Amino acid sequence: MNLVTVSGPPSVGKTSVILKTIVSLKNRGLKVGVVKFDCLFTDDDVLYEKAGVMVQKGLSGGLCPDHYFVSNIEEVTQWGLENNFDILISESAGLCNRCSPYIKDIKAVCVIDNLSGIGTPKKIGPMLKSADIVIITKGDIVSQAEREVFASRVHSVNPSATILHVNGLTGQGSFELSTLLYDKDENITTLKGKTLRFSMPAALCSYCLGETRIGESYQMGNVRKIDLGKKEI
Amino acid sequence: MAVLTDLDLKHETIDTILIKYPFAETFLTNNGVDILTFRYSSLDDYFKSLDPEHIEDHAIDPENLLNQFAQFINQMLSFLGEDNKIVESITILPGYDKSGVSESFTEFVIRKNEIVSIVGPTGSGKSRLLGDIEWAAQNDTPTGRSILINEKVPDKKWRYSSSEKLVAQLSQNMNFVMDMSVFEFLELHAESRMVTDRENIIKRIIEEANNLAGEKFDPNTPITALSGGQSRALMIADTAILSKSPIILIDEIENAGIDRKKALKLLLSEEKIVLMATHDPVLALMGNRRIVIKNGGILKVIETTEEEKEILTEIEELDKKVMTMREKLRNGEKLTS
Repeated sequence: MNLVTVSGPPSVGKTSVILKTIVSLKNRGLKVGVVKFDCLFTDDDVLYEKAGVMVQKGLSGGLCPDHYFVSNIEEVTQWGLENNFDILISESAGLCNRCSPYIKDIKAVCVIDNLSGIGTPKKIGPMLKSADIVIITKGDIVSQAEREVFASRVHSVNPSATILHVNGLTGQGSFELSTLLYDKDENITTLKGKTLRFSMPAALCSYCLGETRIGESYQMGNVRKIDLGKKEI
Repeated sequence: MAVLTDLDLKHETIDTILIKYPFAETFLTNNGVDILTFRYSSLDDYFKSLDPEHIEDHAIDPENLLNQFAQFINQMLSFLGEDNKIVESITILPGYDKSGVSESFTEFVIRKNEIVSIVGPTGSGKSRLLGDIEWAAQNDTPTGRSILINEKVPDKKWRYSSSEKLVAQLSQNMNFVMDMSVFEFLELHAESRMVTDRENIIKRIIEEANNLAGEKFDPNTPITALSGGQSRALMIADTAILSKSPIILIDEIENAGIDRKKALKLLLSEEKIVLMATHDPVLALMGNRRIVIKNGGILKVIETTEEEKEILTEIEELDKKVMTMREKLRNGEKLTS
């Protein structure tokens, strides 16, 4: 089985891109499964089911979604193996732009959109910088020049990635993406022993443990203060 | 050319690197390297000077960054080193339609400075044809078509390079989403294309765009404040002059506030191959040939007949009449018969 991790900021069109790509994968006779990770709510699983794709969803609720992802990805992989998938796609939203739920030696796809502004590639951390494939969506609503500028910005923060434009509505580009996802020689049986491409942010303070009150006396553990500068007048 | 590695960059001062490779600045600034303070230090010293907490906070991976930096410079060197090998022609070799029936042509060659129209109902497979060209298909797409460039099997770079794409698209969209002036916008585009003579190129684009649009605009106009016709004109002039892609796909040019004939002329003068998906007779007949698509396949290729060319002259006159009326209405005049 192949495993592909797809992530990207909310509402960029990850699910649409994956759904269109699955059509091409299925045409090649491949059995595809999806696991959708989200935070509070998702009904994307219904979309996958409608498309005849076996899907599991995991909601992290009060936990950090990316920590939740790592804690569960092995179990999900085993679920994929039990169901004899040729390819299992995990989809998760990068919520804080800092994390990358990517695993070494596991294909990592980052989806971002042309509308997010040209400063965005610079703002997104390892999720964009350490991806193998970067998909840029919503190209149909911007000009050719804007597409070129945006792609060149992405290229400047991640020159080793393959950058593709995919239209999640029409599916343009999704066939091309599908050719990059599946490698018949790759066969994953477990993720045990593998490592993340990048460590996740450290956090363990009183608020992690349920504190709601504001004020210094309630703050314990890993706490950091904003630097407001101390300018003399 | 020797390939640069991360070791070559690790101990050089940033200043030395930037003198050798001025374009490298984009990479460093976009990756948050403080090149002002560390101008005379090496990247290695720079990384060593950062405290672990900063590295953790900013998610910096020094090893990966150096690797990617070397890749970036190598890619840019090969990009700049190419003497712009011009695409003289593209050849489409037949595949199958959606029912698996072979396409009936033997090969279809389009040369630069040529306009070819594509006609066929929505969903007939126009986008797939474009997709095949853009991906430089080698009998490995659902249609089974193959594409040759300059009569040869194309280089893989056309598929995977982000800076060199075969096809630039002018879609029906007429809006910009960036919020800046025309000049700033063009400067940004020129910068990403690594153009050296920016001032002059920008001037030329604005001139050409004003030549296409009915109403003129100046370089300080915010791009979001341009009218539909002006945006369209700017997009066309910018794509003709700044985009490196040898093939331009046009998805219908609306007959609003823009001289379409001049627009096509401008694209052709820049040695482009123009593919135009349109059912507007004025545009469709401007091509010497048109591809008819049906059920996912190329059904036939029609040469524009002499009779059609005569008809085109008639409709062009009609078109001109309508344009003149439009202009009159815009200027607050009355129409007379």
